[in-house]
Amino acid sequence: MRVRKGKIVIFSLLVIAILATVLLTGKQVAQDITLGLDLQGGFEVLYEAQPQEKGQKITENTLKDTAQALSRRIDVLGVTEPQITVEGEDRIRVQLAGVKDQDKAREVLGKPAKLTFRTPDGKKVLMDGSDLKEGGAKQDYDQSGQPAVTVQFKSADKFKKLTQKYIGQPIPIYLDEQQLSAPVIQEAIPNGEAIISGNFTAEEAQELAELLNAGALPVDLKEIHSFAVDASLGKESLQQSVEAGLYGVLIIFIFVIGYYRLPGLVAVLTLISYTYLVLLAFSLLQVTLTLPGIAALILGVGMAVDANIIMYERIKEEMRYGKRISSALRAGSRRSFLTILDANITTIIAAAVLFYFGTSSVRGFAVSLITGIVVSFLTAVALSRIMLNLLVRSNLFRHPGWFGVKESEIGEL
Amino acid sequence: MNYKLDFVKHRKWFMLSSAVFLVAGLLSLMFQGLNLGVDFVSGTRVDVNIGQAYNLEVAKDYLEELGYNSPDARKAGTNDDILVFRTSQVLSPDEVGEIEKKFQAEYNKNVGVNEQKVDPVIGRELARNAIISVLLAALAIILYITIRFEYRFGVSAVIALLHDALFVIGMFSIFQWEVDLVFIAAILTIVGYSINDTIVIYDRIRENMNFNKPKTWDELKKTVNDSIGQVLVRSLSTSFTTVFAATALFIFGGESIRYFSLALLMGLAAGTYSSIFIASQIWITWKWRSMAKEKMKAQTAE
Repeated sequence: MRVRKGKIVIFSLLVIAILATVLLTGKQVAQDITLGLDLQGGFEVLYEAQPQEKGQKITENTLKDTAQALSRRIDVLGVTEPQITVEGEDRIRVQLAGVKDQDKAREVLGKPAKLTFRTPDGKKVLMDGSDLKEGGAKQDYDQSGQPAVTVQFKSADKFKKLTQKYIGQPIPIYLDEQQLSAPVIQEAIPNGEAIISGNFTAEEAQELAELLNAGALPVDLKEIHSFAVDASLGKESLQQSVEAGLYGVLIIFIFVIGYYRLPGLVAVLTLISYTYLVLLAFSLLQVTLTLPGIAALILGVGMAVDANIIMYERIKEEMRYGKRISSALRAGSRRSFLTILDANITTIIAAAVLFYFGTSSVRGFAVSLITGIVVSFLTAVALSRIMLNLLVRSNLFRHPGWFGVKESEIGEL
Repeated sequence: MNYKLDFVKHRKWFMLSSAVFLVAGLLSLMFQGLNLGVDFVSGTRVDVNIGQAYNLEVAKDYLEELGYNSPDARKAGTNDDILVFRTSQVLSPDEVGEIEKKFQAEYNKNVGVNEQKVDPVIGRELARNAIISVLLAALAIILYITIRFEYRFGVSAVIALLHDALFVIGMFSIFQWEVDLVFIAAILTIVGYSINDTIVIYDRIRENMNFNKPKTWDELKKTVNDSIGQVLVRSLSTSFTTVFAATALFIFGGESIRYFSLALLMGLAAGTYSSIFIASQIWITWKWRSMAKEKMKAQTAE
């Protein structure tokens, strides 16, 4: 049989293309992946929405409004890409990755930025944030041209009566426990509008207005679960698991090349493509990578190896029956295909059920697992076959030893 | 390759030894339960990253100074430089801040603190959710295998899968290793892996059944034995590679996924064992019973 150099050239080009893509763009792809809280540090809170007044019903819409309000509030914090998800019937999960100042984040989220108008001694609350019209706070300027915030009340009447009662006295305005200003009421205010001034810059006033708009939440939020990861701890976890992954993959590489020889080398190339493609899929699908996600990824390497191994064992078997390498390859890959398909589909079914019924971390894990299985199927079956075919049809590797089969094991056909 | 091993003959012993482990695990679950992490028990867990070697007793003294009597604290981290402190109190951010300040003052400014506060309801809900999901997944798997194979394979595969999950849960109960939310993810992975491993063997049995068409017990036994022997190398190779990955995670993966990798490792071992020594054995016992019954019917018909 003549050696076909063309096949080897195509094979080499394929290998160069794979390695070049991985080396040149791998770093960029890895950097584009959104890391979960556990890997980059950050802060997560799970709130339970509770009715503000008796009889108030928590509906999907109130939860949505609340989530939006929280989102606006986080904008005030300046955190990029917050994740706010409504869970179940009355829960909202807020994830703030990469928050540097956790205390501030806690405060802004934990304290509802409650605006109160109080009695002159500051002890009794007369009106509060819930009396504000939603979206009614604006940055404005007071009479002396200083930046201020105007707020609108739902009920102009209530405010009018209040101001009537306290004519000549101050009504201090508090944000949580901090007094912002204590305007003295000159006359009853009929239009339901109040101006809050208090040595603001224009930006501060703008921020407060946004916070107030966000602050007028339709429900009370009770913090029922929180989770904060120190950024350096997160980094350490990331480093450790990536390192662990590298060691694990390295041992796998040595094992498959040692045991399966030429096909083992092909397996290594498909595993490199697998890892690259999974990371690419994560960054394109904007999957948030968490610690269990990394574990699923590494486990996926194991599954991808499995698909290769099933095929190679089958090819070896066919060779032992005395088939020529090329027909052993054909029969082996054909016969192993259904096995791999059935095994992968059952695992995908399990993962899909987990995704559908699971919450947060279980869900993320299921997504990683499904991505891993699909990509492993593509690389370990399609890519592996293409590469092996090129090598075998080049007629360069005709000795069974290249496939880890001893000649003494080959029976008569 | 011809492995002259009889996987069928000793099936009662395999099942018995599995039963011993499972019963031990179940008893432990009944009497001492699981060592539930903070995810399932109300309270706060504070991880203090001290960043240097420290004396645990001294660190505990600092916690006592802050008013936590005989604190439940232990060392963690690859360099033993992390202090994990658990309390059944739900700490406020200020109280956590106090701990951070105290340790920053005693050690250095770079001490970082990482806290989890939990309402156990959430963890329990997630666990219940996971159990329901696994049961539904089991049903879906049985359905798929019934369509592609036959229902006996489906049910036997699911028994093997539950065996693996129960084995790991039982071991975690016996040794009182901490169970957290990530543990659930580990069990789910084991379920996925176990089913994958079993299907490959069943697939070969199905193929050889179509080819051999066994009529007697000896023929059936030979078919199953041959099938397991034929895919044995693959099963072990795959287990080795996956175990490599899980071992690397266990050794180098850091504190946060140590128990996760431990559960994975045990699950992989159980999964490999059950797919070789349990799953096919359940199937052949059942299959033979049905075959014998049909034979009886045929004979009485004659």
